[in-house]
Amino acid sequence: MHTLHAFVTGPLAWLAFLIFAGGCLYRLIQLLVEVARSERFIFSYMSLRYSLRSILHWIIPFGTVNWRRHPDLTIVTFAFHICLIITPIFLLSHVVLWDEAWNLSWWTLPDTLADVMTVTVIASCIYYLIRRMVRDEVKFVTYPSDFVILAIVAMPFVTGFLAYHQWFAYRWVMILHILSGEVMLAAIPFTRLSHMVLSPLTRAYMGSEFGKVRHAQDW
Amino acid sequence: MAEPAEKETPKVLDPGLETGVQRLTDERIEQVIRAVLDNETGARFKAYVETCIHCGLCSEACHYYLSHDNDPHFSPVGKVKQTIWEMLRRKGRVDREFIKRAALIAHTECNLCKRCAQYCPFGIDIAYMMSVVRRIIHRLGVTPLYIQDTAHSHSVTMNQMWVKGDEWPDTLQWQEEEAQAEIPTLRIPLEKVGSEIMYSVIAPEPKFQAQLIYQAAVIMDVAGVNWTMPASIGWDNSDMAMFTGDNEIMGRIKRTHYETAARLKVKRIVMGECGHAFRSVYDMGNRWLGWQMPPIPIVHAIDFYHELLTSGRIKITKKYPSAVTLHDPCNVVRGGGLHEKAREIAAMLCEKVVEMHPNREHNYCCAAGGGVINCGPPYKNKRIEGNRVKADQLFNAKSRGAKTLIAPCHNCHSGLHDIIHHYEIGLDIKFFGDIIYEVMEKPEA
Repeated sequence: MHTLHAFVTGPLAWLAFLIFAGGCLYRLIQLLVEVARSERFIFSYMSLRYSLRSILHWIIPFGTVNWRRHPDLTIVTFAFHICLIITPIFLLSHVVLWDEAWNLSWWTLPDTLADVMTVTVIASCIYYLIRRMVRDEVKFVTYPSDFVILAIVAMPFVTGFLAYHQWFAYRWVMILHILSGEVMLAAIPFTRLSHMVLSPLTRAYMGSEFGKVRHAQDW
Repeated sequence: MAEPAEKETPKVLDPGLETGVQRLTDERIEQVIRAVLDNETGARFKAYVETCIHCGLCSEACHYYLSHDNDPHFSPVGKVKQTIWEMLRRKGRVDREFIKRAALIAHTECNLCKRCAQYCPFGIDIAYMMSVVRRIIHRLGVTPLYIQDTAHSHSVTMNQMWVKGDEWPDTLQWQEEEAQAEIPTLRIPLEKVGSEIMYSVIAPEPKFQAQLIYQAAVIMDVAGVNWTMPASIGWDNSDMAMFTGDNEIMGRIKRTHYETAARLKVKRIVMGECGHAFRSVYDMGNRWLGWQMPPIPIVHAIDFYHELLTSGRIKITKKYPSAVTLHDPCNVVRGGGLHEKAREIAAMLCEKVVEMHPNREHNYCCAAGGGVINCGPPYKNKRIEGNRVKADQLFNAKSRGAKTLIAPCHNCHSGLHDIIHHYEIGLDIKFFGDIIYEVMEKPEA
């Protein structure tokens, strides 16, 4: 048990963070190199102003026609992404780990709030799951991998929630929690979760095209 | 007792597809798909495939999806799934039936209107993905026959409608003579080197809408524009090769068009009320040839009329009395941002403008553009039935008083004509040019 714990919090954690950071960097560089190699014209249409204009509209809840058309999905999507990113970074127990290992610490979330945010992520995942199974236009383009991705994202939060409340075999749940977090980190660059790094770029290109060439709004 | 008549869905008989697929082997299909996906697409395509989170949020952008009671087969991402994703998943090992279906999806169930790009949170250009499918279909030789014929015409004659070399100046002379009955001094200047403007049209104008050339000539003449038309090839700005994925021919046509303007030493090219031609000269063709923006400024008719009206070179005698509603064509609005200018012109020309909803960049497509209407009669009903939402939208505008529909694009014009007839909406359709010609101040004959 101790060895296992040491393994998942030691070498495996290193590996996960390395794959995550290196992978994201690799995907970004690979994309830019590929653009430079085969579609250099894309660079000539990029505009910082129009990229930001487009991204800004899309990262504001109800900032676009389509967000306004789907109020429930919009609320869930924004709540989900905000909680997904903020909770693990500012969770007290995580910051304590950084502090112990690296002597680094920063502001933390009150535990109750963190708990609510965790539940928000889990509830959002359930919403997405139901949406995938119920709505025809989503069901039609759903592959088994979509469920796997959803599970990869939900697992660290489900296990984190259980670990925090210590309802079951705490130690095992904790190991599962760490493992699932590592799986998620490592999966980001190499699955559709890579939209984390790629979508700002696709959005920026479409925003630039619409702004600079088409003189129209893309939201 | 007789058996009840069997309900039979009429099979589309398109020799382009039917005989096209008969010639294919599995190896050929695989080889072509891989060649296109490996060599003709790049980072953008890859990013689009890998970034898509399968959320389906693009669905409601599509008029086919909405008109088919939200059938997911017609959603933008649904079309990508049935074509590109499957080709990728099976590494190009798909059969003839698949190719036939892919050709139908890309050519007759998508107008490349790019409305979905405005609904995808990631800005994935699904129209581009469908263009890639069309490219594959082209290289496999399975393009629907009617549109393939127009691409052949482009290749042979450098115009879309098999207009022969002598028919072109002959038609211009005919229209000049017709117009001289109204304005005796009117000329349609040919080959006038050093003019300010080269006016280019699409081949259907000389072929069967010659009155549009007449009207344009009157507008040019009254406004005192220093203009010319070429007597040589290069007069046609249309481009169906762009829609069949025949990029090489697209490049040839556009090069001819620009080179003709360069030969005539004009400062600008003004084009008639056509949307796809604008896409070709402003978006696709120029880029294929390596120009970031068109090498000679391109002015769409909406822009040009706006200029003539605001500068007072064209004066209005009496505003067009019937209430109008304005259709925003994808290629000049989502592709060129001319929606506000179009509204300003409409307001200057007409007594009353009734907005249709949605409008501007969010307007519903006509379902004719993107080469769909050019796939011809076999798909006419499918095209009209695939755009019931447009009928609802038009009917709504009519119920609020609109009598006339302004559609400043040829494809939209024809497509909306079919929709208005089929759904019995009862709106007159006009180009801006029709209305300007009707209400403008003309010299006394």
